[in-house]
Amino acid sequence: MFAIMKRELLSYFTSPLGYVFVAVFYLFSGVFLYLFTLYNQTADMGSVYVGMFFVMLIMIPILTMRLMAEENRQKTDQLILTSPVSLPRLVIGKFLSAFVILLMCMVIFLIYGIVLSFFTSVNWPIILGNIVGMLLLGSVCISSGLFISTLTENQMIAAVGAIGLNIGFILIDSFASVMPTEFLQNVFRSLSFYSRYNEFTIGIFSFSNIFFFISVAFIFVFLTVRVLEKRRWA
Amino acid sequence: MIEVKNLTKQFGSKTAVKNVSFSVNEGEILGFLGPNGAGKSTTMNMLTGYISSTSGTAMINGIDVLEDPIGAKKHIGYLPEKPPVYGDMTVKEYLNFVYQLKKSKLPRESHLAEICDLVKITDVKNRLIRNLSKGYQQRVGFAQALVGNPGVLILDEPTVGLDPKQIIEIRTLIKKLGKHHTVILSSHILPEIQAVCDKIVVISSGSIVANDTTDALARNLSADHKLVLRTEGKSEEIKKLLSSIPGMERVYINREAEPGVFEYFIEAAQGKDLRREISKKLTSRNYPILMMKSNELTLEEIFLKLTTGDNYGRVDM
Repeated sequence: MFAIMKRELLSYFTSPLGYVFVAVFYLFSGVFLYLFTLYNQTADMGSVYVGMFFVMLIMIPILTMRLMAEENRQKTDQLILTSPVSLPRLVIGKFLSAFVILLMCMVIFLIYGIVLSFFTSVNWPIILGNIVGMLLLGSVCISSGLFISTLTENQMIAAVGAIGLNIGFILIDSFASVMPTEFLQNVFRSLSFYSRYNEFTIGIFSFSNIFFFISVAFIFVFLTVRVLEKRRWA
Repeated sequence: MIEVKNLTKQFGSKTAVKNVSFSVNEGEILGFLGPNGAGKSTTMNMLTGYISSTSGTAMINGIDVLEDPIGAKKHIGYLPEKPPVYGDMTVKEYLNFVYQLKKSKLPRESHLAEICDLVKITDVKNRLIRNLSKGYQQRVGFAQALVGNPGVLILDEPTVGLDPKQIIEIRTLIKKLGKHHTVILSSHILPEIQAVCDKIVVISSGSIVANDTTDALARNLSADHKLVLRTEGKSEEIKKLLSSIPGMERVYINREAEPGVFEYFIEAAQGKDLRREISKKLTSRNYPILMMKSNELTLEEIFLKLTTGDNYGRVDM
């Protein structure tokens, strides 16, 4: 598991992908910080986190696109699938490698907090709560991206597919409003990524939301394992 | 050791491997021979647990690959057809990764150094695999299979892409490894199998068509009671003369090889060696023998005979 994670991390940083991803993430967070917080002369970073919601849903598929697709294409999956490592450990190893990159991205919000704290009082619990929220949303994106990446040998298809899936997540709210019965509307609303994530940005740290994101991430990790298993049996 | 019983694999309606059974003991090298698309790689993929079998069992050191895949995989070193190397790693990083992946308990530095020496990649240790030639990549793939010193080695066309000198080195290495490991080696190059393997399994369109030791296979199928003869003189007379030798079954005139010199195919009764009688008879009548050789099949011809069902590639009686 850790061998796989280490290899993936090494690969992120021998190619430009890891650096570019982290840099672009920092760039967007910086732009949002300037536009929504500094320019408005406030210490409230809520709008920054809202902006990051969309950045993550669109960008994380780039991070995950090659995780399995490249193994499928280069046939290196023959090595890892015939090594004495169980499939769940293999998938979690892949997941963790992207998660570590995400952790690197989160460091910037601590730095923003520290910088702001020189000028005004900063609400640290809210910053930390939002970092947890972003990590949870990121986990969902990583696991859904990993899942799509497992289905194909083509990185481009993996990226576009995962972005499509994530846009679907964003649109859940819009679907909810056109549902014919109130029951279905409620079902869709309770699945809404945006409103659940939004609660983090306005400072609500709700365990039902945490549990929701962990469950969705788990479902996609589980599906990834099933896809790998099924391919063996095909 | 490896034990395979009635292994079958179906891809949709296509049967890629049909009822394949064989066994390999420790210290034995089994050659897996077959034309392209015969099901060699599919069988190897089933043995290593990369894909599952539709029915039948594969046991590695007594462990069923389907029931305890992790346990079985611990004993296997696998070199697939395309070496599973990562271009963005150096050879050293790659072997370290495989070492960790296989959870080997052997002392890392010395074990990996030993492997690099064996397959002769020590001098490219710090280079990116992407920049290595096909032959070196193949050897890195081979090195990967040796990490953790597994008891069973499954090598799918291990010498592809190597130059003749490297091929000999790798064959010698496989022979050496074969003394203490159980080795399966697939190839469509017959001299390779003949040089390295103790046993041969010939597979054609998914089924085993022969399964025997290398020598026995050549002996059973070769025809030492069949001879090819060239002699000068009137063909009909010579044919009659030869037919009169006791124990002679059939004599055919094949063709006129040179002006006045005819080539005959001679078939004696099974197991009978008539070379002396033929020689005496012909010289007594002053027919010079210009050539006489046993019509022995090479492994190549045996292979074709087994896989195509006829003696394609040779003129026979």
